Amino acid sequence: MKLLVLMKQVANKDAILRINKDSTWIEEADLSFEVNESDGYALEEALRIKEKVGGEVIVCSMGPQRAKSVIKDALARGADRAIHIAGDNVVHLSPFAAASVLAEAIRDEQPDLIMTGLQSDDYGYAQTGVILAELLGLPHATIVIEIDATGEQLRVKRELESGWYQWYEMPKPALLTIQSGISQIRYATLKGIMAAKKKEIKEVTPSAEIVNRPSHQRIDKIYLPQKSKQTQFLGGGDAKKGAAELAEKLRTEARVI
Amino acid sequence: MSNGILVFIEHKAGVLNKTSLEAIAAAQQLASAIGGNTSAVVLGSGTESLAQEIAAYDLSKVIQVDDPKLADYTPDAYASAMEQIVRSADPQYVIMSHTYLVRDFAPKVAARFGKGLIGDCIRMNVDAGKAMFTRRIFLGKLDADVVSDGAAPTFVTFQSGAFRGDQARKGSTAPIEGMPVNVGDVRMKPEAPFQEVKQAVDLSKADVIVAVGRGIKSKDNIALAEKLAEALGGDLAASRPICDAEWLPIDRQIGSSGQTVAPKLYVAIGISGAIQHLVGMKNSQTIVAINKDPEAPIFDIADYGIVGDLFEVLPVLTEEIKKLKS
Repeated sequence: MKLLVLMKQVANKDAILRINKDSTWIEEADLSFEVNESDGYALEEALRIKEKVGGEVIVCSMGPQRAKSVIKDALARGADRAIHIAGDNVVHLSPFAAASVLAEAIRDEQPDLIMTGLQSDDYGYAQTGVILAELLGLPHATIVIEIDATGEQLRVKRELESGWYQWYEMPKPALLTIQSGISQIRYATLKGIMAAKKKEIKEVTPSAEIVNRPSHQRIDKIYLPQKSKQTQFLGGGDAKKGAAELAEKLRTEARVI
Repeated sequence: MSNGILVFIEHKAGVLNKTSLEAIAAAQQLASAIGGNTSAVVLGSGTESLAQEIAAYDLSKVIQVDDPKLADYTPDAYASAMEQIVRSADPQYVIMSHTYLVRDFAPKVAARFGKGLIGDCIRMNVDAGKAMFTRRIFLGKLDADVVSDGAAPTFVTFQSGAFRGDQARKGSTAPIEGMPVNVGDVRMKPEAPFQEVKQAVDLSKADVIVAVGRGIKSKDNIALAEKLAEALGGDLAASRPICDAEWLPIDRQIGSSGQTVAPKLYVAIGISGAIQHLVGMKNSQTIVAINKDPEAPIFDIADYGIVGDLFEVLPVLTEEIKKLKS
């Protein structure tokens, strides 16, 4: 089975974010990056399917040259080859434009299964995968937590809200968006890291026509969230003092003790 | 000329999803700011009573689409039907709640109009007839004001709780209009939805909840939070990563994929406050957050915050509470 995994590089979860001077994005200099969490799980599921039914895992990432670190890490974990849609101008694409660029880059691969995370940890659009499926004419399922790819038809378990689940059956090829935390992600072994050096990374450039197309949605400005509550910060940096103050506040102000 | 607002009504076997009332409230507010009518659309099979329920709201009409292919939700059938309704109604805005179901099919509909959704919005402001939508980015650490520059329709989804369902305005009974659609091929076959385990723990009745997140670092450390919960006479809960790691059972998970709670006191320990967690607990009366990261989004909704090492805070807090209680 030919499996294609879409992985995005995003700012590190614990990074302190600074807003740029135009208030349109964050300062990227000095920022550390990592793979988008749910995309890591998408790769893990793809590798597990390959181990079960055989085939090939292709990883595809879109971004500036720094995205190579996500690709190399995926190859070290066991992906067979990679496509890097390279450019500094693809970071801020709208979900429709991003899906259009991805469709253009992977269409000729004709994978049996395309997998990606359910949403990115930066823009959080949660729709690029679904739009890509539509552009490629594929059936899709979102928020998938279990996959049975052994049969002729694909069986996937989807997470619904409030503790409900549902199995869906669909033909291949298909696109799935994967929920975080559904398995234990493997580490790259030293052997894997060495082997990755010989694996192919095909670099492609997105067509200017798509990238420059006017977008339907635009960020006017970004800013720190307005607080919905006035938080009383206790202890002033002294954790133990804070704890003592908190106990007192819970009794006298909140009256919950 | 595109005009008005179309609201998508979600239901499960004819039972209204309450977030759709929030979508109606949002649509009515948008309509009064920019002008135009608000109509609602119900997709399904045998949804007469639901359509009547919705017709009680102040809407210009309720479009009822009845088709056996819409009886069980599938993204193919819903996208097919919704696309036809949007083309025929030709609204300026399509307003939906950002539920798992909408996330599954709405991007597909928007893609057929050559665009995406302005998704998961928490606020809306209209200035001189131009709407601006605010959405959270970077897992809630920052807000982004988003405008739409393109042609109608603009598809917008709102996060649960962004508007209040009880502020959806009732009106004189809106006409219900059946609209035939030609639902295309449905490639996926759904099986019946099910619950994994009978929820053994009902946290929705708890007065005090002590919840742990990633910051607790190991399964063994959960005992520290458990002692605090005991001292407070409360229940132990967790954010998703803790249940994924099986440090606590899934029936103690708070958030969009777990339980929704509103206790008198919610103590969030080492929980950064991703949106998915916040929707499950933000209506708690008093919220306490203990986190080493002063920028953690959980502090945005906390009444009391301690920025510091939870392993220093917890033992002292537990002792102090025991003292006050004795």
